[in-house]
Amino acid sequence: MTGVPSSTWFSAAPHWEWLIAIYFFLGGLAGGSYFLSALIDLFGTREHRPLAHLGYYVAFPCLALSGLLLAVDLGRPLRAWHMFIQSNTYRPMFKYWSPMSIGSWALAILGFFAFLSFLAALAEDGRIRWSGLRRLRAPSPVGRVIAVLGGFFGFYVAGYTGVLLAVTNRPIWSDTPLLGLLFIAAGLYQVTPLKNACLSSCRSPFDFVVNHWRDGAGGALRMGFAHGLYCLGCCWILMALLFAVGAMNLVWVAALAIVVLVEKLFPGGAWITPPVALIGENLPIDQHLGAGIDDGSGGRYRLLWVRSWL
Amino acid sequence: MATTIKPGEAYGFFTDTSICIGCKACEVACKEWNQLEGNEPKFLADSYDNTGQLDDQNWRHVKFIDDVPAQTVDAGDGKAWLMMSDVCKHCVRAGCLEVCPTGAIIRTEFDTVVIQSDVCNGCRDCIGACPFGVIDINPVSHTAQKCTLCYDRLQGGMEPACSKACPTKSIQFGTIRELRERAQTRVEQLHRTGEKRAYLYGADEKMLGGLNSFYLLVDKPEVYRLPPDPKMPSRNLIPASMWAVLGAIVVGLAGIFNFRNRGAKEDREQRP
Repeated sequence: MTGVPSSTWFSAAPHWEWLIAIYFFLGGLAGGSYFLSALIDLFGTREHRPLAHLGYYVAFPCLALSGLLLAVDLGRPLRAWHMFIQSNTYRPMFKYWSPMSIGSWALAILGFFAFLSFLAALAEDGRIRWSGLRRLRAPSPVGRVIAVLGGFFGFYVAGYTGVLLAVTNRPIWSDTPLLGLLFIAAGLYQVTPLKNACLSSCRSPFDFVVNHWRDGAGGALRMGFAHGLYCLGCCWILMALLFAVGAMNLVWVAALAIVVLVEKLFPGGAWITPPVALIGENLPIDQHLGAGIDDGSGGRYRLLWVRSWL
Repeated sequence: MATTIKPGEAYGFFTDTSICIGCKACEVACKEWNQLEGNEPKFLADSYDNTGQLDDQNWRHVKFIDDVPAQTVDAGDGKAWLMMSDVCKHCVRAGCLEVCPTGAIIRTEFDTVVIQSDVCNGCRDCIGACPFGVIDINPVSHTAQKCTLCYDRLQGGMEPACSKACPTKSIQFGTIRELRERAQTRVEQLHRTGEKRAYLYGADEKMLGGLNSFYLLVDKPEVYRLPPDPKMPSRNLIPASMWAVLGAIVVGLAGIFNFRNRGAKEDREQRP
C-alpha cells in the first residue's frame, strides 16, 4: 500500500549509545575468539594450540569488560541481577522469547566457560602452577565438553545482538529479519580475499592512478567512479551495517565511521580489519579462507598482531 | 455514573477525540496525582503544544494537529483543529511486557500494563519495543516509566485522575465491554449527523489483541501520529533467529572443514 507510513515510525529511541556500541564490539570479539579457539581445540592440530591460547586470553577479559559495560549502562546498575533472578520472588528470571533475557544468560554462561578455558590456557603456559587446570582443555573429556558448550555460547553471544535489535519496533532494525545474518556476514566479509583486494586498492590509490590515468575532467570523473567502486567493494557491508544499526542513532554512525576511517586512512589501519571481523565472529573463516590464498601465514600474522595488541 | 471497580474485570479508557477541547486538564491531573514534576516547558513552535510527546514525565499528552482543512457544518475558511489526549494503550498483547527481561512489566488484575519501579533496572528494551513510543526513563528513579492507568487509584476503587478531570468527557473510564458499546453508539451518532469519517482505533482484537485505551478518530491514524498497523516486536524473533542460525551453520561448517582439511594435509606431509 503506498502512502501508508511504516508502523515502526512512531516508536521512541531506547538511548543505547557508546557503552552498548562498544559492548557489541567486545561481545562479538569475545564470542568469535572463543568459538575459534574451541574449533582449534576440537578439530585443529597440535601446532595450532598456541593460537587457541590467544583466543582464550582475548575472550575472558573482553567478556568481563562486556558485563561491566552492560551493567554500568543500566539505569540502575546495582539491579543487574534482576536479569537473572526475579527480585520479588527470588525465582530464576528467564524468557526464551526475549533476546535480552536469553542474551544475559548466554553472556554469563559463556563468561563461566571462558573463565575455565582462561585458567587452563594460563596453566598450560606455566603462568599458574597448578597442572590440574590443564584438564579443563581438550583433549581431556572435560575439556571437550567445555569447548563444545562454550563454542556454542560463543557463537550465540556474537550473533544474538542482531536478533535483539530486530525484536523491537524501531525503524529499519525491526523492518527486516536479516539483521542477525548481516552481523555474521559483515564479520565474514571483513576477512574475505575480495575485501582485502579492494581495501589495498582503496588504501593506496597511487597504483590505480598511475595505471588507469585518463586526461581531462571527463577522465577524472571516470577515474573517480572506478576508484569509488573499489571503495564500495571494500566497505559495502560495513556500510550496510552502518545504515541498519546507525539509522536511528548518530553515536553508532560515529563508531562505525571511525572504524572505516582508520581502516582506510591510517598507517597500519588494515590491521584493524580482523578484530572488526570478530563482531560477526568470523575469525575462523579469516584464517581459512585466507589460507586458501597465502597458505595461512597471513592468518597467523594477523593473530600475531592481535597478540601484540594485547 | 460511577463505575464500580473490582479486580478480574478489564478496565481502560475510551478517548473520544471529537470532543477534546485541548484544555490539558488531563495532563495536569495526571502530574498532580502521580507526583510528576514535568519537563521544563518549551516553546516548540508547534501550535499550543509545549510538552511534545509522551515520556517519563508526560503520561498524558494532548496532541494539537492543526494542519487539516476545516470540514464543519459550513465550508470553513481555513484550518480545523484535531485534538487528541494520548496515553499508554495498555495493549492486550503488549510489546513492552513481552521483551522486558526483568519481569518488571506486569499485567494487573484490572487488565492494565504497569511497570514496577522497584523491579525495573533501566535496560530500556521496552522503550524501543513499544510501537507507540510511550515509555521513557525517569531521571530521578532511573527506571522506565509510563501511565499506570492510576493503578493505586483503581485499587482504592477510584477512577483514574485524567478521566475524572476531563471536563468534556472526551476521556471516559470504564470496563472495556461497556466502553466499546458506548464508543460504537457514539460512532453511529456521528455518522448520522454527517461526520462519516468517525471510526474506532484499537477497539477490537485485531489491533494487538485490543487496545485497552482506544480512540475515536476522524482522520487516518498517521495524521494523529499513531501507527496504522502496530505490531509485536516478537514478529521478527523466529525469522531473525533462523537467518542468524543459517549464517552460523555456514560459518561453523566452513571453519570445521578448514581445520580438518589442514590437519589432514599436515598429517600427510609429516608422514614419510
